[in-house]
Amino acid sequence: MPFLKNIAKAVLPFAALSGLLQFLSARDILNPYWVQIFQLACVVAISALGLNLIYGFTGLFSLGHAAFYGVGAYTAALLTKLYVGAHGDEAVFATGAVFLGSLLAGGLAAALLACAVGIPTLRLTSDYLGIATLGFGVIMKVLFDNADSFLPQLGGARGMTGIARLTGIPWAVAGLVAAILVIRNLVHSTYGRALVAIREDEVAAAALGIDTFRYKVIGFTAGCAFAGVAGGLYAHLYTFLHPSTFDFLKSFDVLMIVVLGGLGNLTGTLVASFAWVFLLEGMRVALPPDYIEFRWVLIPLLLIVTMLVRPRGLFGVREFPFLRSKVYR
Amino acid sequence: MYALIALGYTMVYGIVRLINFAHGDVFMVGAFLAFYSVEKYHLPLPAVFAIAAGGSAILAIVIERMAYRPLRDAPKIAALITAIGVSLFLEYFTALHQVFGPNYYAFPRPFQVVSLEIGGITFTNIQGVILVVTLASLGALQYVVYRTKVGRGMRAVSHDVVTAGLMGVNVNGVISFTFGLGAALAGVGGVLYGIAYPQINTFMGVMPGLKAFTAAVLGGIGSIPGAVLGALIMGQSETMTTAYLSSTYRDGIAFVLLIAVLLWKPTGILGKTRTEKV
Repeated sequence: MPFLKNIAKAVLPFAALSGLLQFLSARDILNPYWVQIFQLACVVAISALGLNLIYGFTGLFSLGHAAFYGVGAYTAALLTKLYVGAHGDEAVFATGAVFLGSLLAGGLAAALLACAVGIPTLRLTSDYLGIATLGFGVIMKVLFDNADSFLPQLGGARGMTGIARLTGIPWAVAGLVAAILVIRNLVHSTYGRALVAIREDEVAAAALGIDTFRYKVIGFTAGCAFAGVAGGLYAHLYTFLHPSTFDFLKSFDVLMIVVLGGLGNLTGTLVASFAWVFLLEGMRVALPPDYIEFRWVLIPLLLIVTMLVRPRGLFGVREFPFLRSKVYR
Repeated sequence: MYALIALGYTMVYGIVRLINFAHGDVFMVGAFLAFYSVEKYHLPLPAVFAIAAGGSAILAIVIERMAYRPLRDAPKIAALITAIGVSLFLEYFTALHQVFGPNYYAFPRPFQVVSLEIGGITFTNIQGVILVVTLASLGALQYVVYRTKVGRGMRAVSHDVVTAGLMGVNVNGVISFTFGLGAALAGVGGVLYGIAYPQINTFMGVMPGLKAFTAAVLGGIGSIPGAVLGALIMGQSETMTTAYLSSTYRDGIAFVLLIAVLLWKPTGILGKTRTEKV
């Protein structure tokens, strides 16, 4: 039964990983702080995978990723706030269903917006697309800042509070596994090949009968949907949203992760996301309190050195076996 | 003032096709150099401008040498990420207590503020100084680019790097010079910023840097008159938004404008004629 086998292949790593982490945290081997950081790393990885699909595989230079992340976060948070409430004494199953629905709605909202933004702007090329999406990111930040003037629940510049804490280890891990599966299968499908063809040479791709514009919109929309889902998970992990979390500088963070890992390389994105989050937090613990400001001095230095030594990303074109195409597995 | 920063972006982009994200931070360093030379040593204004411009230029040349030159043949994105890295490094390194410190500093007024009224329009001598210095810098730039040997080299490199090298242009020297010249303009811009808005800190370069870049794209990146035009449009639209709508939407309007222009003319207002690129 290949179908059941495939399901088992997806569920097993999820069950093993989340079970192990649940066990470790229940036994106090991992303290709650690190569990939270792990979940954050999962969320960042989902968002970075989305950007890798946009930039790494399709070659669309997007600097507005954090804006879509924010749209997903606000949408999902608003929905759970309306239908679950912060007290959370409803049945677990119903809450879970609403949460799942909100996450998907967050992804959908980000995707719809990406489609609306993408159809006009994706006609631009390279750097101009980058600056247009960067501009879009700044516009969204301004809108988030002023959101309370049309929907008071969103909080505006003061931040959105009172979001139920729903994201746990199972949710974060499940999200990540699902994201990896979808992206892996997508990039090795005909769609994925079309996207890579566009990245390599748009004119040649068009000559081979690929509707390049349509595929670019598809790639952009799909990648942004991942950002939206990741945003929803983030909102219910930290239970507080502030517009500054979604400004254009955060788009650079995700971009750095994707480039550090290697464009069009899923392994690299995964490793770089976890390394990035844990490095940021690890240095908070490792450095003596007086030198905590050195964190952001060391990180750019590390970044520059990595880029000078490995300009094509940490992993180049190598992938973990489970992320390769079936032909090579 | 946006114009001065935008010019640096547009020149660097015209030559090496790199969005130099660290440019806004070079601008910040220029402002801080000016701050120290006024606050500690009470230098006269021309000397302040000279120190800020010179210091920024040296900084930019060092950055180009250390971080960008080894990556010139690497994928463009690697250089871009390095530029972001340099930008973050400059911001946070200078924010350390041992360097400039993370606080806001009041920029001392180097001269008394005087208001004049001519024909119903009020303006201060600060605005006068800004206008004069900007115009003088633009004039000097125009002279350098179109009337000197280095300027001819810059135009040649921006047109075609390889051919320019074959024709005996010292490509590396020209690129260093371009970075230095752009940074000197940013340094002058930093001094003007300090005079106009007397409060500086190490993160002040982010927003002006971004907007100046937007201005450069708006006018057509790579074109000097385009950068000035884009900067003028940006400045006007922001002032108008603050006056007629609400200051909270100020940062957004510039980008709405940008996207609108890009959709209408994808290479910016003056971006068509490639021969004009510097």
